[in-house]
Amino acid sequence: MTTTYGFTELPELMGLMTGAEKHGPAATSTLDVLWVLYDRVLRVEPGRSEDPERDRFLLSKGHGPMAYYAVLAAKGFLPVEWLPGFGSYDSPLGHHPDRVLVPGAEIGSGSLGHGLPIAVGTALGLRAQGRVDPAVWVLIGDAELDEGSNHEAIAYAGPAGLDRLHTVVIDNSSASHALPGGIAARFEVAGWSAETVDGRDHEALHAAFTAPHPGRPRVVVARVEPKNA
Amino acid sequence: MDTMRDRFAPVVSGMLDEDPRVAVVLAEIGRDGFMEATRRHPDRVINVGIREQLLIGAGAGLALAGMRPVVHTFASFLVERPFEQVKLDLGHQDVGAVLVSAAASYDWPAGGFTHMAPGDVAVLDTLDGWTVHVPGHPDEAETLLRHAVGAGEGKDDKVYVRLSAQSNEQARAVDGQRFLTVREGRRGVVVAVGPMLDAVLAATEGLDVTVLYASTVRPFDSAALRRATDSADTDVVLVEPFLAGTSTAAANDALLHVPHRVLGLGVGRRELRRYGQLGEHVAAHGLDAASLRERITGFLR
Repeated sequence: MTTTYGFTELPELMGLMTGAEKHGPAATSTLDVLWVLYDRVLRVEPGRSEDPERDRFLLSKGHGPMAYYAVLAAKGFLPVEWLPGFGSYDSPLGHHPDRVLVPGAEIGSGSLGHGLPIAVGTALGLRAQGRVDPAVWVLIGDAELDEGSNHEAIAYAGPAGLDRLHTVVIDNSSASHALPGGIAARFEVAGWSAETVDGRDHEALHAAFTAPHPGRPRVVVARVEPKNA
Repeated sequence: MDTMRDRFAPVVSGMLDEDPRVAVVLAEIGRDGFMEATRRHPDRVINVGIREQLLIGAGAGLALAGMRPVVHTFASFLVERPFEQVKLDLGHQDVGAVLVSAAASYDWPAGGFTHMAPGDVAVLDTLDGWTVHVPGHPDEAETLLRHAVGAGEGKDDKVYVRLSAQSNEQARAVDGQRFLTVREGRRGVVVAVGPMLDAVLAATEGLDVTVLYASTVRPFDSAALRRATDSADTDVVLVEPFLAGTSTAAANDALLHVPHRVLGLGVGRRELRRYGQLGEHVAAHGLDAASLRERITGFLR
């Protein structure tokens, strides 16, 4: 299995799934965030899926997972040969990912609003076992934030001081009713550390992902071009 | 006598002391019983506030991190309100948890329909792989809770434990799997589920029927029902403390090989819109001994 792929090869890998090198916003809005996380931030690697000390990345926004599969393939979690079968009966790669079928996928997702509550529980479970090193990351979309389950999790995680919990919100302005005061403010009033950055700027993303946030969970709002622009 | 719910917190608090993998997740309801356990295990007794979607999601996350979560609130808020979380966060993620409910079908009649969940087991029945315990006595509740939390090699089984204020006078020797034969006869089989046993025994007094006792209804003990119908007739009456007919399909499947009839008795589907006392609701749904006797004798040939 090759691991020689870089960021510039990702469109080619995604093309294996879609048959084109142009992709819808739902597929590419997450691409830069996923790459920076997997390339420079997450302490995960193929073959460590059972290691309790690994970082956890939970893709909650399971819609348009081509970027996710491309990054997992580029990093050697799954064979590049699987990509062309995307969505077919015999393929483990569905239009929403299934953790039971996809190596490296921590959760199955597609139905919106499930990842952040599960991430809260994972962070609680790691803390209860005295595992202070693993970080828990969850990626959600700005429209996915409409789901009330996310607000239950946001409101709980701040006061609970879950400082190993990290959320990335991909903001492509797809929510029909934007959150008054902005996305980051919704987290900040709940006691989170928050920062909003350009979701295409790898250095800005990396700095935001690695900034210290003692005693508080962290949210990074990654702004990308509007979905309907 | 204490109730099943009285037994829940002390028993699970003991398990928190014994097994570092056990965690309790609450949504305010039931937290007073865990005050002492919270002091001893602050990271493993988790109250998420009045947030039932988070309750189940957090339970699933704990399981993914290698813990054995015991998740508790009233049945309406545990199974029905966050049902998609139960389906996806546990089932689809392929992880386990022990869901423990209180309030059952109408344990608090004065509280009205918002706190009644006669459909909980039927709803859960649309999902695969759940074990459902319906204890009929606080001692059985204790046994089945221990069984549920410790179940399976990897302790990742999905188990629902339905605690109720309804109870039989005496506990039976339940094992978390099999139906028990309480009485043997030839004119049919009556299956009494959990707290319905005393009423069923009174209702069938002097009748020539076999009475089976089921404190674990999923998986359904098909073998026990088949054995019972081998010696008794293949007329079967199910008496369940939840929605009438909940286990009818399971009984039919068990008896596919023989002509048979099944009568499913339980809580009626129609909303009663009455308050009052538990006994009044039992009678209103025809689940008191006299009503049961009339319906059972009317059905048997």
